[in-house]
Amino acid sequence: MGKHVLLIEDEPNIIEAIRFILERDGWTVSTHSDGADAVDIVDREGPDIVILDVMLPNRSGYDILRDLRAAEGTAALPVLLLTAKGQSRDREMAETYGASRFMTKPFSNQEVLDSVRDLVAS
Amino acid sequence: MVPFDLLVAVCIGYVIFLFLVAFAAERRADAGRLGWLRSPLVYTLSLSVYCTAWTFYGAVGYAARSGLEFMTIYLGPTIVFVGWWWLLRKLVRIGRAQRITSIADLISSRYGKSNLLAVIVTLLAVVGTTPYIALQLQSVTLSFNVFSAAAVEGWQVPDRTATAFWVAAGLTVFTIVFGTRNLDANERHHGVVTAIAVEAVVKLVALLSVGIFVVWGVAGGAGDILDRIDASPIAEWQGGGGRWAPLIFLSAAAVLTLPRMFQVTVVENSDERHLATASWAFPLYLFLMSLFVLPIAVVGLSTLPAGENPDLYVLTLPLAFDREGLAMLAFLGGFSSATSMVIVAAIAVSTMVSNHIVMPLWLRLRTGGASFSGDVRTVVLRARRFSIAGILLLGYTYYSFTGGTEALAAIGLISFAGLAQVLPSLLGGIFWRGATLKGAAAGLVAGFGLWAYTLFLPSFEGTWLMPAAVLAEGPFGIGLLRPRALLGLDTGDPLVHAMIWSLGVNTLLFVGISLVSFPSPMERLQGAQFVNVFQHSSGPGGWVGGSAAAEDLSVMAQRILGPRQAQALFQEAARAQGKEGNLPDPTPDFIDWLERELSGSVGAAAAHAMVGQITGGAAVSVEDLLAVADETAQIMEYSSRLEAKSRELSETAAQLREANDKLTEISIQKDAFLSQISHELRTPMSSIRAFSEILRDSRELGPAQFQRYASIIHDESLRLTRLLDDLLDLSVLENGQVTLHEEPGNLAEILDGAVTATASMATERPLAIRRERSAENVAIYTDCDRLRQVFINLIGNARKYCDAAAPELRIVVRTTADRIEVDFEDNGSGIPEKQQSIIFEKFARLSDQSAAGSAGLGLAICREIMRNLGGSIAYLDAGSGTTFRLTLPRRHVRHAA
Repeated sequence: MGKHVLLIEDEPNIIEAIRFILERDGWTVSTHSDGADAVDIVDREGPDIVILDVMLPNRSGYDILRDLRAAEGTAALPVLLLTAKGQSRDREMAETYGASRFMTKPFSNQEVLDSVRDLVAS
Repeated sequence: MVPFDLLVAVCIGYVIFLFLVAFAAERRADAGRLGWLRSPLVYTLSLSVYCTAWTFYGAVGYAARSGLEFMTIYLGPTIVFVGWWWLLRKLVRIGRAQRITSIADLISSRYGKSNLLAVIVTLLAVVGTTPYIALQLQSVTLSFNVFSAAAVEGWQVPDRTATAFWVAAGLTVFTIVFGTRNLDANERHHGVVTAIAVEAVVKLVALLSVGIFVVWGVAGGAGDILDRIDASPIAEWQGGGGRWAPLIFLSAAAVLTLPRMFQVTVVENSDERHLATASWAFPLYLFLMSLFVLPIAVVGLSTLPAGENPDLYVLTLPLAFDREGLAMLAFLGGFSSATSMVIVAAIAVSTMVSNHIVMPLWLRLRTGGASFSGDVRTVVLRARRFSIAGILLLGYTYYSFTGGTEALAAIGLISFAGLAQVLPSLLGGIFWRGATLKGAAAGLVAGFGLWAYTLFLPSFEGTWLMPAAVLAEGPFGIGLLRPRALLGLDTGDPLVHAMIWSLGVNTLLFVGISLVSFPSPMERLQGAQFVNVFQHSSGPGGWVGGSAAAEDLSVMAQRILGPRQAQALFQEAARAQGKEGNLPDPTPDFIDWLERELSGSVGAAAAHAMVGQITGGAAVSVEDLLAVADETAQIMEYSSRLEAKSRELSETAAQLREANDKLTEISIQKDAFLSQISHELRTPMSSIRAFSEILRDSRELGPAQFQRYASIIHDESLRLTRLLDDLLDLSVLENGQVTLHEEPGNLAEILDGAVTATASMATERPLAIRRERSAENVAIYTDCDRLRQVFINLIGNARKYCDAAAPELRIVVRTTADRIEVDFEDNGSGIPEKQQSIIFEKFARLSDQSAAGSAGLGLAICREIMRNLGGSIAYLDAGSGTTFRLTLPRRHVRHAA
């Protein structure tokens, strides 16, 4: 229990990397790469934590995050937001929309791992 | 001997008497019983302010020093009054018509009511009058001293500056009391004028008495005197011809331009016809004043001790023969001369100072006040009073600093020459319509400056104002700038030298600049009013509405103002006249008033011409019509200039807004672009970092995994490199810095190369490419490599994005006379309509990002290449599939052939 990560990301190589890192640590990783139905997937899979990319096809990560926070079941779900833009405005947006944590690409593997552990533990 | 106390008592008594005279005259005037106050005799006598203490005492001294030359001082005014009385009449008429208050006002009013000119003339008047006032104080003080010189023990004569101070203070009080009682538009002072007339009689009687005493009491009658004159050194004096003409000219100018003369001649004139009397009576007065000058001088020279000041012979001769009563009378005559000059000069100059300097400043300082209508009168009076006190204080200060110069006449002539600078602008202004403000200002300033430099400052010879070295060698040792021999012109006579320079340059500049400058409408109007004053106004009463029909005026006013407003105006005027209905009598007042009302709508010149035509008071002259036309033309030109300007401004504003919008948009695009680049760079770097960390940290990886992760790092590195290449390429293309290698080529060969290059791309479904070889065989002259790059991009896109089950790309080439078209049509689902417009933008990669594999710079690069090659690329919305059309010019075909 408490070992399920949902990774919403569209870049295949990044998916593969994160999956490798987390699975090696004993997490169950499921992935999804389209923004349009991401909220439904979260609802259906009920992960312990979501790693969410901001730049997704069809729908932005911010919009998905806002919907998650608005819904009762996912309001407190740990969400680790990833963005490749890395401008200060993105950090502000992440805070505004209620990300549990915010990381800029390229990230350090250890950091991702630590963040996931932290967020689920707390 | 005359006890000093008695002398003072007589003085004070005399002053009280003058007060009473002035007071009585004011009372009569207030009561409307002007009677003899308006007689030509009083007017003529008041003109005698020309004869100051300088004339009274100084003429004798002048004669003793320079013989008959003193006569020039009388000849100038005589010539003006006898020969040029029509000039005076014109001045008086203008003064009346324009409600002129001073000579500064006259000049300013003539040149478009320019306050600048008024200030210049006022300054000139202050500078020219101050030494003159000092001169009067000096003469009074000297005459006191004459009595004290013969003093016995126990005489306590105050020192001379104290005497001068008390005289100045007394005159200040008198001038303020009678000079600022009221603020009539025409500034007449009946009390003062009457007192001046009385003083005129006193000084004439005094001088005649002394003269009679000298001729028949001291000498042996007229014959003896003539013999004595022949025998005296005065007969030896040569009438230096070089000085006579300039001096006569100078005194003639002075009688027109001295502020006090202008005051009594023009401002205080109550009836133009008085001039007729004055034209013979005033020269007669001057003649009587000069009659005994030579006898007194001759007798004084021969009977009095050699050291005696000839300027005071009028006093010292009676004293020497113990005629104390006569001496007292002579003293009062001199006192009268001095005081009358000071009083009138103070009134005249203070009017200028307060009207043209103090009031404009005051009005400017309290710009916010719309509420000054109530207290403006008090302010004007107060300004006038302070000005009077200030001018007398200035005179007193000048006197106490210079300590009094020996020769009285010198100061007088300096003053004359200073004020004469106004003459060109004055005469030009009333006789020449072409005279302009710029000309007048230039002439006045230059004349003023040259006069100050060549005559006024040198009178301070030996002080810091004019060191002796400067006089002798010129400033900084520049000989050409010597004040008394400017540019080497040495006439031998400083006065003549100064006149030639100051009046010469003054007149030249005035005429020259007037000829080349254009007057404003206001100047034109005022110029016409001044020059044609006899046509414009038909008598002392302004308009004579004799033939003016009120109905005609009413009809005209209705045309201009509209029926309702015109009727209201006429009704109001009729009520004010106490008449029934709405047709007032066409009195001069009413007509003047109507003209002012109309001028608010149609301009002063037009209003004047229209009213003039109806009232028949003056024929409408060609000049009037020209003035109207000028006014209208200038107003129209001005307004069209304004319109043009405002159009220009709004155009500029629109351009600025546009530029600003563009800049804002560019700035937003730049931010978006940077953000995009950041994303495009960070994404491959993320993979590279993540996998390189995995390779570094994981010891347990199998060889296959190891191999795979290393290839990902490798591919992503290539992707980064490609991205950077594309960015640099695009940047070069966009900036137009690209160098094209144009060469002859064949379209089919270039297409072959592109197809081959894309063949190696890994794709899920193989892309079938359909071509028509025959059409492709087109010679072309262009940068073949760049064109191939575009083809590769388009074919590559089709390979990557064509989503048909059996992807197919048709390449169609069409050739027209002047261009080549190449279409790339695939059989995929096409690009959604709303995204078609952005596909050529940078990073406009469409939604299916994961399939892209590279940044969305390709089409942007294609667009830039085609632009550089002189062609274009467009997306054709053909309904199905994706079609890009390239267009190339065929201009280089013949090179290729």
